[in-house]
Amino acid sequence: MADELTPDEALDKIDYRPRSSSEPRNWLDTTKSVQIRPGMYCYAAKPESVETLGLPYAREWNPTDEDWKLPENWQEILHEGIKERLERFRTFKIFMDICVRCGACADKCHFFLGTGDPKNMPVLRAELLRSIYRNDFTFAGKLLKKIPGGKRLLGSREMSLEALKEMWYYFFQCTECRRCSVFCPYGIDTAEITIIGRELLNLLGLNIDWIATPVSNCYQTGNHLGIQPHAFKDMLEFFVEDIEDITGVDCTPEFQKKGADILFITPSGDVFADPGTYTCQGYLILFKYLKDKYGLDVTWSTYASEGGNFGFFTSHETMKRLNAKMYAEAKRLGVKWILGGECGHMWRVINQYMDTMNGPADFLEVPVNPITGTRFENAASTKMVHICEFTADLIKHGKLELDKSRNANRVLTFHDSCNPARGMGLLEEPRYCIKACADEFYEMPPNTIREQTFCCGSGAGLNAGENIELRMAGALPRANAVKYVHNKFGVNSLATICAIDRAALPTMCEYWVPEVDVIGVHELVGNALILPGEKERTEDLRMEPLPGVEEE
Amino acid sequence: MNQRYLIPLTAVFLLFLLAYAGVEGLGLQVVFGVLIPYLAIAAFVIGFVIKVKGWAASAVPFRIPTTCGQQKSLPWIKQNTIDNPSTSTGVFVRMLLEIFAFRSLFRNTKAAFNRNASNKLTYSFEIFLWVGALAFHYAFLVVLLRHFRFFTAPVPEVIQTLEYLDGIIQVGLPGLFISGPVLLLATLFLLSRRIFDAKVSYISQAADYFPLFLIIGIAATGIAMRYFTKVDIIGIKEMTMGLVTFHPHIPEEVGGLFYGHLFLVCILFAYFPISKLMHMGGVFLSPTRNMANNTRAQRHINPWNYDVPIHTYEQYEDHFRDKMIEAGLPVDKKE
Ligand code: HEM
Ligand code: SF4
Ligand code: SF4
Repeated sequence: MADELTPDEALDKIDYRPRSSSEPRNWLDTTKSVQIRPGMYCYAAKPESVETLGLPYAREWNPTDEDWKLPENWQEILHEGIKERLERFRTFKIFMDICVRCGACADKCHFFLGTGDPKNMPVLRAELLRSIYRNDFTFAGKLLKKIPGGKRLLGSREMSLEALKEMWYYFFQCTECRRCSVFCPYGIDTAEITIIGRELLNLLGLNIDWIATPVSNCYQTGNHLGIQPHAFKDMLEFFVEDIEDITGVDCTPEFQKKGADILFITPSGDVFADPGTYTCQGYLILFKYLKDKYGLDVTWSTYASEGGNFGFFTSHETMKRLNAKMYAEAKRLGVKWILGGECGHMWRVINQYMDTMNGPADFLEVPVNPITGTRFENAASTKMVHICEFTADLIKHGKLELDKSRNANRVLTFHDSCNPARGMGLLEEPRYCIKACADEFYEMPPNTIREQTFCCGSGAGLNAGENIELRMAGALPRANAVKYVHNKFGVNSLATICAIDRAALPTMCEYWVPEVDVIGVHELVGNALILPGEKERTEDLRMEPLPGVEEE
Repeated sequence: MNQRYLIPLTAVFLLFLLAYAGVEGLGLQVVFGVLIPYLAIAAFVIGFVIKVKGWAASAVPFRIPTTCGQQKSLPWIKQNTIDNPSTSTGVFVRMLLEIFAFRSLFRNTKAAFNRNASNKLTYSFEIFLWVGALAFHYAFLVVLLRHFRFFTAPVPEVIQTLEYLDGIIQVGLPGLFISGPVLLLATLFLLSRRIFDAKVSYISQAADYFPLFLIIGIAATGIAMRYFTKVDIIGIKEMTMGLVTFHPHIPEEVGGLFYGHLFLVCILFAYFPISKLMHMGGVFLSPTRNMANNTRAQRHINPWNYDVPIHTYEQYEDHFRDKMIEAGLPVDKKE
């Protein structure tokens, strides 16, 4: 794109002292001039995609148009929608009531840190909706709106078209990463407010296309990318050929195999685009190894060929509708339990929502790793295990033969993805796997990892092309920390366990830290794992010469 | 100057004057000394109960704690049992730390961006908000508890001990209770953040300044009565005991300053349940903090979970059957 900002131009814009002299004194006033700026917003959902699931008010509309073609009674729809959600979600009600505006969350959001836009302070993002809540639902608000100037005192406002546009703009500038929630003295989770805010916007058909179309694809075709069953099989077989070239071993997977031990589900992004594809090859190698050595029978499914869940970024109901396939397919195939691949928001959904929404999974068994005998007590009810938990357990019991030297060209650091970090706590397992597969590993600074990790800036459905300025600004804090370890320790590889990261971080690195590669944890495993009967490998999964080989 | 703090400042000042003048000029002791205190307490209790019941009435459909440490997974990986609790004991400890030590606020950092050759974003430990908030709340608590000496006869042992401890650091002044000045200073600090920190000032509305001015007013009048003007403590105690025993009594020698103080306290009580001060109740109920992260181990029930239409495998196979057969994928029905 010609009008894209260079990194230097982007950096020039950052200023953490909100309120320029040109801005109104009270942020409530700025609603009169909502500027939906190209580069910062995503295109509107296509009507076809909204229709697939029968969601309301599918239509052509454009965010930068004056007229959003809203239904006549849109204010009433929103009012009723808020009311219903206040009853359904204690989080929502409490978070609307108790924020003291202490500002502890303000400079914790990567979008605020990257843009300096005061409305990207988590508290202000929430206030956009809270101001309407106060006006319509609280005693003080109802009282004060009768007095001239009273609304001002409380910071409340009417649900105007400008307020709606502003909410739309900023709820799609939040990646639902929960970093703000870690720092809030009451645990106010702006991600939760954004989730509910987007759910409200969806009542008016105001989704973005980068979410709506994957949702529609996933519903009908089985995965976000709309890969049809035969094509899905083709793509994996293509990887099988590559792996055979590299290792000499045929890793052909099973599909829809009834009575297999385990159903494996991973985000379709890893089937589709580099460098995720190498992680996908890592899975194939691992499963082949386990099959040959220990007789473990893993199956894939083209029906449940999506681990991710963009429904989560649409509404709770849509999330449930997409997620339902996992259990349905596990039941149909009669597997013992489900294994889930590397993905961020997928694991938030599995860890905190799936069993509640679509359980109980009483047709499955409590997951036991038949090779080590480990019973995954922490997954006793959902019956779904994270592949890093699974692999870490295998490594710990010495069940995998790993040759670290094949990853010796990689100086690694690890990016904790937001959802496994703050919606699960999967911190040590991936690190353990990485360290078993490679020698050189350095952590980024403590304020930027684990529960304080910074988002890639493209999560929660914002990984589109048209909002690249927003994405790069949001990625700045993450990139800055990567750059720090790159300069200090010569880190050249950023490991991650998320498919969105594998799609988003390469763009980030190219923009901010060009010398760093992005790599999935199971790509490292795939490189290091010594398959029974393999030929001497000269290339890694990227078909680049293995360390030490090029000199010969 | 800014309306957002001038209006609440003026309001607090006028409220004080109203009570002062009402008592000194119009002799409305009964209104400000009996009627309004009862109404304020009633408003506080009823408002508080309504609010908490309202929260409790809302469902908790999902168990969504914010996890701030290692989960419980494999036996050889050390779990962070407090920041990512999987049991109610862990949750209890987490909540204790949140409520009594403001643990989350303790994590606070301050971000800074240096636009220079290295373009570094830095995060420094920022403890002042935590210190200020803790000082404010504990001072408030101690002051509040010390006031129980006006409402109890004999004064319970604990209150006396608290008074003793509160008076232990006598900065050159015998009889100084440290909690009063700490309350005043901490409140002034929080106020100055709101005015001078650009980010906090941006998000603050009049409703955020009002309680701060109110508490400053209360603390200032309280300190004035205790250390500077002589108020008739015996008379006040007769009056306050009259209030708690429901035999209201108006003493002769108590002047407008006291009624002003009392009126501001009444306003604070009445304002409490309809404002953000309800965070005191809400913090206990916050689902991101008071739940265990064990949804994968124990199923959580959503009371309003309803059935949704899904795209079944049969529909999927019907749609793609030919392509699936051609690709050699297994199908349930052959045609
Ligand atoms: C369990 C009880 C409570 C907890 C855990 C708690 C915690 C907090 C925290 C962490 C803050 C944010 C820091 C700050 O802005 O100062 C705060 C602010 C505040 N709290 Fe509390 N609080 C509690 C009870 C109360 C009570 C009983 C009052 C009664 C007056 C109160 C009044 C305030 C006020 C006025 C502020 C805002 C300060 C400001 O505007 O900067 N809190 N509270
Ligand atoms: S940290 Fe929490 S209470 Fe403070 S401003 Fe942010 S959301 Fe509000
Ligand atoms: S959830 Fe993340 S992106 Fe959203 S406001 Fe909080 S810190 Fe920002």
